[in-house]
Amino acid sequence: MKRWFTRVGWRHLVGVSAVAFSLFPILFVISAALNPLGTLSSTELVPTGATITNAVNLFDRTAFGHWYVNSIMIAGTASVTAVFLSLLAAYAFSRMRFAGRRVGLLALLLIQMFPQFLAIVTIFLIFSEISDYWPSIGLNTSWGLIMLYLGGALGVNTWLMKGFLDTVPKELDESARIDGASHVQVFFQIVLPLVTPILAVVGLLSFIMTINEFLMANVFLTHPESKTLAVGLFGLVAGERNNNFGLFCAGSLLTAIPTVVVFQFLQRFIVSGLTSGAVKG
Amino acid sequence: MGKRDTGAVETRPPRPHRASASRGPDPSDRSLTTGGLIAKTLMLGLVTAFAIWAAFPLIDAGSWGWLAGEIVVVVVVFVVYLRRPLPMKYLLPGTLLLLAFQVAPVLYTMSTAFTNFGDGHRGDKREAIVSIQTSSVTQVEGSTEYTLSVATRGDALVFLLADPDGAAYLADRDGVRALPAATVDGGRVTAAPGYTLLNLGQVNARSQEIGDLRVPTDGGVIIASGATRAFEAKANRGYDAGCDCIIEIDTGRRWTADNHIGSFVDAAGERLPQGWRVNVGLDNFQAVLTDPDISRPFLRTLVWNLGFALASTFGTFAIGLLCALALHSDRVRGRKLYRALLVLPYAMPSFAMLLVWRDMFNADFGLINRLLSMHVDWFGQPWTARAAAIAVQLWLGYPYMFLVATGALQAIPREMTEASAVDGASPWQSFRRVTLPLLLVALSPLLISSFAYNFNNFNAVYLTTEGGPFPADNPSVGATDLLITYTYRLAFGGAGAQYGFAAAVSIYIFTIVAVISAVSFRRTRKQEEVYS
Repeated sequence: MKRWFTRVGWRHLVGVSAVAFSLFPILFVISAALNPLGTLSSTELVPTGATITNAVNLFDRTAFGHWYVNSIMIAGTASVTAVFLSLLAAYAFSRMRFAGRRVGLLALLLIQMFPQFLAIVTIFLIFSEISDYWPSIGLNTSWGLIMLYLGGALGVNTWLMKGFLDTVPKELDESARIDGASHVQVFFQIVLPLVTPILAVVGLLSFIMTINEFLMANVFLTHPESKTLAVGLFGLVAGERNNNFGLFCAGSLLTAIPTVVVFQFLQRFIVSGLTSGAVKG
Repeated sequence: MGKRDTGAVETRPPRPHRASASRGPDPSDRSLTTGGLIAKTLMLGLVTAFAIWAAFPLIDAGSWGWLAGEIVVVVVVFVVYLRRPLPMKYLLPGTLLLLAFQVAPVLYTMSTAFTNFGDGHRGDKREAIVSIQTSSVTQVEGSTEYTLSVATRGDALVFLLADPDGAAYLADRDGVRALPAATVDGGRVTAAPGYTLLNLGQVNARSQEIGDLRVPTDGGVIIASGATRAFEAKANRGYDAGCDCIIEIDTGRRWTADNHIGSFVDAAGERLPQGWRVNVGLDNFQAVLTDPDISRPFLRTLVWNLGFALASTFGTFAIGLLCALALHSDRVRGRKLYRALLVLPYAMPSFAMLLVWRDMFNADFGLINRLLSMHVDWFGQPWTARAAAIAVQLWLGYPYMFLVATGALQAIPREMTEASAVDGASPWQSFRRVTLPLLLVALSPLLISSFAYNFNNFNAVYLTTEGGPFPADNPSVGATDLLITYTYRLAFGGAGAQYGFAAAVSIYIFTIVAVISAVSFRRTRKQEEVYS
């Protein structure tokens, strides 16, 4: 028995405790979302009732449907574009040698360390002006916010991808070039298919980052229907903290569904993608 | 893929050819397929179309600066994609966005660190004078009181006034004129040909505009007082260019302009609240170091900030690694299920979970107190609040560390640990001497970036403790404040925005994080050499 514990049992013990630690707040959220009273003070850890009133109210009383569509649209577009842009950059950094390459890589890392949101006043002023000229990409629009997020497309992403690209043998590109492929063909037909794991990782990471982004979006989106989930849900508990708790939790769960699904689906890529990039980072 | 490999073996890459290929448009690029050509034409066509669409409003508004900027961008795009250099073709799209939405705003923000930009110091001196005059406007004694009807002529807002004798006037930006054609009923104008009277709802909707309308008269201005009355008023304070000062007309009090601090100051040293923006050099930076009211809380915050970042990073790493080690064995059944459940916190929306944790720590009806049957005011005392903030961060962050540690463990060849076992090492020894060093080499870049992230982890504090609890004598810095939340409060908090000072603090933060990261990166480089 003791031997079993030292070889296998402790592993289960750690696993079970970790799962319990991971799950209890989520259980609490589920319980609150199903709680017919919908208040914080009446919510227990284990669900005491099962009602979908909270979810229904969420759609009836707030613009939750709009928020949901906005969030998926913004996070989806921004993360797919960000993946593409940073893959382009990473390809250049990994495969080509040019003046300013090292400086460029370092600069990308450094810029990210400046707390960007302090520039929020400036960003707001820039976008107020943009709204005057081109209202369709100004404040309160998804496109404006997507552009703003894409400002951060290069950065850590590029480093992760460059690390991964460095592990793809250069000889592959070279032989393709000799066969007469242009650099664009090499990029799309040789390199792109080989780096899918890191694409999945970076895509997922930036999707999670974007859908959780609160500060910029909060300043940027003020119309109820243009809000994202983060801004809208925050507004729900900002004033009526206790009473709207059930609504809020139902909203959080619905928000989590797409991420959790994609996450479980991509998990094996994540493990290999993150580390192989990191080793070379 | 295999076919291409053999190709490479058969014909060794002739070096000169490759060099020319990567330098510019070589024959293969030119002949490159009509498909490529079409794609390029399409893309540049789209850029042109977009540029034309964007140019019209700029030309309409006559903003030549913006237009010049746009033309430069378009020219750069064309030069890069029609000619060379090759790397730029891949770097340009992301770089343009980076420059526009990160570098430019950040540089501008940094430049405000050398100014007193903030509430009361937003515009230039002229704007400050106008604001002083406007805010000192009071009713002229003995002047007529009018009843007010707000109307529009076309889009322009006008006042239709009736004096106590029943005479009607039209008042707009150009002044006051008699308006005999108007119908006056019950002491107020109820109709006037050519004007549309606004109803109460419309008046409410445009109340800001109505309040701002100033009708010039000989002795002052006519302003609206509420939605139904108007009177003649006069500025009590005026600017005198001769003494470069503001003079109050009834009392003769003077405030002289101090162009170094951007304020009007009277003899007793008292400032008017409306000032203007001036360059203050390094004052903001100096204040952080020398002003004891600022430097002491700043240092205290810095120490806690470092502690928080270290505890979060290594705490999550330790828990994540422990779980990864525990599940890194073929003997454990249900590993997939464990993994799927373990990483759930990472997939939940973190902003929402932070708020949920905040409520779970609630002193009155929070789950934690109910589960533990305690009555701790978690966010009310410095150390419990700090512990709570770290605990929340551990929960949010450990699944990520678990994932990367799992990946790194899988990358370590099994032979290495087996070899150490054969040599008689205990499992602990082989972990300590073989596995851990290898893991650290692989994961230190991630640990460093995680440290940098946690150092500035705004949400983790702002959405839970909001920086509190605050000491009674200093409401600007709380016990769990990170430098970043402290700066946020400086810039956007209730006590009046101090953007200039906040920018200076953020440059300090930037420097601290950059230096710590740079030093650690160098150290890991050395480590890598030792172990490999």
